[in-house]
Amino acid sequence: MSIILQLRRIVMITVLALGAVSLLLILLGISPLTIGITLTKGSIFSWLKFNHVLTIWIPLLLCSCGLLFTFRAGLWNIGVEGQVICGAIGATLVLRLDNTGLPPAALLSFALFTSFLAGGLWGALAGLLKTRGGVNEIFGGLGLNFVAQGVVLWLILGPWKRAGMASMSGTDLFPRELWMWIPPGWRVAPAAIVLVVIVFLLTGMILNATRFGLKIKAAGFNPQAARLFGIRPDLVGFTAMSIGGGLAGLAGGVQVSCVYHRLIPSISSSYGYLALLVVMLAGYKVTPVPIICLLFACLAAGSIQLPITLQIDSSLSGVIQGALVLSGLLVYGLQQRKSRGH
Amino acid sequence: MKNLIFLFQSLVILCFLMFPLSSSFSAESTYPFGLLMVGPANDHGWSQAHFEAGQEMEKVLPGTKMIYIDKVNPADRPGITVPMLVDDLVSKGAKLIIGNSDDMKDGMREAAMTHPDIKFIHISGDDVVTGKAGANLSNLMGRMEYGKMMAGFTAAMSSKTGKIGYLGPLINAETRRLTAAAYLGARYAWTKIRKKDAADLKFKVSWIGFWFNIPGVTSDPTLVTNSFINSGYDVIISGIDTTEALVVAGQKRKEGKNVWAIPYDYIGACAASPEACLGVPYFNWVPGYTQMIGSAMAGKWKQEFLWLNPDWKSINNQETSSIGFKAGDALGEKAQKGLADFQASLADGTLNLFTGPLNFQDGTVFLKDKVTATDDQIWNLPQLLEGMAGASK
Repeated sequence: MSIILQLRRIVMITVLALGAVSLLLILLGISPLTIGITLTKGSIFSWLKFNHVLTIWIPLLLCSCGLLFTFRAGLWNIGVEGQVICGAIGATLVLRLDNTGLPPAALLSFALFTSFLAGGLWGALAGLLKTRGGVNEIFGGLGLNFVAQGVVLWLILGPWKRAGMASMSGTDLFPRELWMWIPPGWRVAPAAIVLVVIVFLLTGMILNATRFGLKIKAAGFNPQAARLFGIRPDLVGFTAMSIGGGLAGLAGGVQVSCVYHRLIPSISSSYGYLALLVVMLAGYKVTPVPIICLLFACLAAGSIQLPITLQIDSSLSGVIQGALVLSGLLVYGLQQRKSRGH
Repeated sequence: MKNLIFLFQSLVILCFLMFPLSSSFSAESTYPFGLLMVGPANDHGWSQAHFEAGQEMEKVLPGTKMIYIDKVNPADRPGITVPMLVDDLVSKGAKLIIGNSDDMKDGMREAAMTHPDIKFIHISGDDVVTGKAGANLSNLMGRMEYGKMMAGFTAAMSSKTGKIGYLGPLINAETRRLTAAAYLGARYAWTKIRKKDAADLKFKVSWIGFWFNIPGVTSDPTLVTNSFINSGYDVIISGIDTTEALVVAGQKRKEGKNVWAIPYDYIGACAASPEACLGVPYFNWVPGYTQMIGSAMAGKWKQEFLWLNPDWKSINNQETSSIGFKAGDALGEKAQKGLADFQASLADGTLNLFTGPLNFQDGTVFLKDKVTATDDQIWNLPQLLEGMAGASK
């Protein structure tokens, strides 16, 4: 698709989304300009606020990278939330280990690796259910999300509960030395930024410039045709689910080691579901994903200004996100319809 | 399609040309302070009590201006942490920040370290006592034990079945001591006023897991209350931040059941269902806020752990009493009279319910005969008491 066409599509989506949201705001008696200024000021107008945006951007981009693999393979990985939770559990398991003798940096690295592994295994389980059990990945994923949520609640109220307490507020804080290092004046760990950038570049490279990427695309685009070229769509799909789960798990690891420093029931912060919207809005393409993640992270971080400065509920940012995605889908749908000559 | 785009483009331009209708906050006051609330500002419970006290500060301490944010918990605001919000309030000029939940303990401590020039008040915490707090962090709490004793007393005076249910939040030292206080009040009314056998009083605690309902995470307080009532418990004392117990009791009364509830935290909580409300023990944060914010404004801040008493001369005095008890419409005359005498005995010190002999739930001795509990023993109560059913930890 030419650049002009792509630009046209972006403009159409923006105009549609802004128009719909603006109309809604006007009906509610709120100035869209005020909301726009508030959201922008609240997300990128200071270094600290931009740090807060990055805190959201990192796990969101990790989940989105994972979903790029599964969407390319033609799979709807709804189980991404459960995979984030499993990654968080895996990282917590390592960070709670006593007397390992390992230096904190090594333990943190091991925790992140474990989170990748745990998320990957959960993703693989959804993949197995699909390939061996014939369970649609949407239902399998949803079921596994509930299981993961149940496990995390059990751990927090059971084996990992705070001494003398039984509270859903989470496990004990990890020792300070096991918090990922954050320089003075920052609120986000530079190591996490480096990690997510590497993951994104690798995702782009694997999907767009390797034989395996081509196999995923082929399996997703036309499994029957792929078989003719010796590709096993079930195996490719299983691998994609495992990688996708691993990256979502990594997001869970980042959440516990960089953001909350403990395991909490809502450790996934719904980034998995949000990432589904990101990748859909990106049209399942790699390049726009970090930009859309940044936009969504700005909306999420900036939305906190709505109740503080305007006494408007911050869930309005969810309405804006929803409008963006719906507009995106509408524009794609209309363009496809037009190209088919209807 | 072109027409559609043109329409929306026109709309967007129109919108952006509109003069902003909503006014935005400006920190022109001399002393802006921030309030972080764990629940909604209109929860008819814990957070609303704080919110209204914050609003009152603007009148009591001229020059103050409250900047608030509610629903500060990971379920309602995914990905947003207490230190993030503190950064934000500080950037808006807040010079003092109040965190109103036990759940914010770690975040408040971290934020206080990051912002040494800002003063912090953590409600219900004890970092000052345990030595974990920096010099810019104080703790504030009211002695709700007395309010809960009155709640328990009222419940036992009204109960027909002798079965009192306690809708508990999560389990920690604070909730154990408040639940135990309610039990002691109930036992006193049951044995000393109604002259019944202590063994016939059933006092059961059911914990939901957090301060309010989080669907899919906590037990549902509506279901727990229903279960209590269906098992013959006719008075439900609420220990959670919201009013589900009272709402359910009101519904059950409409179905013909003779049940009541005692909500918690907020003076106006009975309004949710007045016909089922025996009364409400509530916090009044105005005296504590005035003392702490006032001294910070005057440049006389000092780190404190304030655990404020009711004003025994007038426990419902909104200017002076940190703890109050407002009798509900459903409270009978005899119970009202008994309650007044009970309050008078607590006020003049002739009655101290935390006096031995008292055993813990597991049968070990808490207080020997005639020994009264110290503040530390009450604050850090390690178990529920003998005679209470429900988990201790």
